[in-house]
Amino acid sequence: MKKLIETNWIRKLISLILTFGIIQLLISLDIINSYLQTTLATICINIILAVSLNLITGFTGQFSLGHAGFMSIGAYTCALITLRVPSVLGFIIGVFAGAIMAAIVGFLVGLPTLRLRGDYLAIATLGMAEIIRIIFLNLDSITNGAAGLQDIPHFTNWPWLFVFTAGTILIISNFIKSSHGRACISIREDEIAADAMGINSTKYKVMAFTIGAFFAGIAGALYASTFNFIDPKIFSFSKSIDILVIVVLGGLGSISGSVIAAILLAIITTYLQSFANVQMIIYSLLLIIIMIFRPQGLMGSKELSLSMFSKIGEGFKPKKRRV
Amino acid sequence: MSILTVNKLTKSFGGLTAVSNVNMEINEGELLGLIGPNGAGKTTLFNLLTGVYVPTSGIINLNTDGKAVTLNGLKPYSICKKGVARTFQNIRLFKDLTVLDNVRIAMHKNIKYGLIPSFFHLPSYKKEEARLIEKSMELLKILNLEDKKDELARNLPYGEQRHLEIARALATDPVLLLLDEPAAGMNPNETAQLTELIGWIREKFKLTILLIEHDMSLVMNICERIYVLDYGMVIANGTPDEIKINQRVIEAYLGEDLNNAGD
Repeated sequence: MKKLIETNWIRKLISLILTFGIIQLLISLDIINSYLQTTLATICINIILAVSLNLITGFTGQFSLGHAGFMSIGAYTCALITLRVPSVLGFIIGVFAGAIMAAIVGFLVGLPTLRLRGDYLAIATLGMAEIIRIIFLNLDSITNGAAGLQDIPHFTNWPWLFVFTAGTILIISNFIKSSHGRACISIREDEIAADAMGINSTKYKVMAFTIGAFFAGIAGALYASTFNFIDPKIFSFSKSIDILVIVVLGGLGSISGSVIAAILLAIITTYLQSFANVQMIIYSLLLIIIMIFRPQGLMGSKELSLSMFSKIGEGFKPKKRRV
Repeated sequence: MSILTVNKLTKSFGGLTAVSNVNMEINEGELLGLIGPNGAGKTTLFNLLTGVYVPTSGIINLNTDGKAVTLNGLKPYSICKKGVARTFQNIRLFKDLTVLDNVRIAMHKNIKYGLIPSFFHLPSYKKEEARLIEKSMELLKILNLEDKKDELARNLPYGEQRHLEIARALATDPVLLLLDEPAAGMNPNETAQLTELIGWIREKFKLTILLIEHDMSLVMNICERIYVLDYGMVIANGTPDEIKINQRVIEAYLGEDLNNAGD
């Protein structure tokens, strides 16, 4: 048993190092040029957003339409800090300050709204994100209003993006596999039964919401640092929908699904850029087709794992007969 | 000594009084039955005891370790933490989770590691998770679900789903166990096995059990005392033999005697 855990851990480490190394190599060989690097950053940011929203919507079962709101808090906090302290240290402080600010707002918003269920919660979270956006729009002296913040120092590069993306995936998937994570999942499964089994459902809903907001804050901070410009329009309702699309497409309750969907959608968008006038039509059509044939999302609630491949491999082996 | 005292408990929904003026006393270690015709208010009483509904009036007191706690107005999860566990009439398992996960979730209230260990899977996480699995497997073994630990709850046959509900309730480490129609939908053979199981569980875990049941073979066999509910009121309470010959109980179930009806 112990050996199994250790080999699992080593496998994880090797696959992480490989992913990092291969992409770093491609960047240094200029196969991933500066244009594709922007796509890469978008993928990483979208993975963080989707995985964190998946914790709230896919695992805990709370339908939230306000993820862009948390993202904007991270983005503005980090932007304001790095504009004043334009150093790597300022960037790191900015990312974590953004995440913590988003988590605090997530906690405060979660307490009253998470009493609501289903569609009511969706509308409440949507309203919350709009309020945050309007506040940023009107805080002229700090956020520069509708004109947005320009010339935000650029610190994101592949190593940083990798650390934050891999960190998000690992922490959230670890959380899901813990007793606290299972408490969240039990709320999605049956809230009344969860309550009857001693799980304080409000507490765990707020917890999932706060953790999700924390990582959305990180994603927002990375966004500000990557694109060097933010304004309130970026974090509108449609941004929340974009994130939700990734989560639903990948599969509610599947972290690897969110990762795959984020990569897939970024690739599709990149390729569709050459057909600018029909881009959105093709994009929407693709989504519709995928949803017709895979209504549960690409991965359903399953996770991609190495044992999955070995299971497929077993199918080809002659079956052992039991004596 | 009584472990649960219910005093003048009433619950009305608008004009309908589902439970009215119920007094009840459950002694420690007792196996108590709660019977009554459909719609008599049995499940409502369970829901009051477990905090799903807030009583309109009346008092529910739980006495554990020599301390009395009033359960009125407490949320279901804190009532569960005080040591009252239940199963549901219409099975409410975590259907898309494995059998093992269903049981492990019920142990969450006694978990000994915080958020940070769960983010990074620190040693305290590993130690505690190993303990959870060990304890869950013990419970699953008792309820003959050992081999199905990785099966999704929804794929279990009906009888085993009922067993899993009992395992899950036991996992919360209760002092008082409320079973809502544990034998519903079971054939006589399964019911007989369940009857034996319930008695055995009570001994093994030193539990007090209150059960709602329509299957009289089960109730009359194992219950030491029976409360009979009709129209939300307790119409009788006593040993199975007393209940069997109680005139009011017979009337509640079969209607009034035609000869008396004319009087």
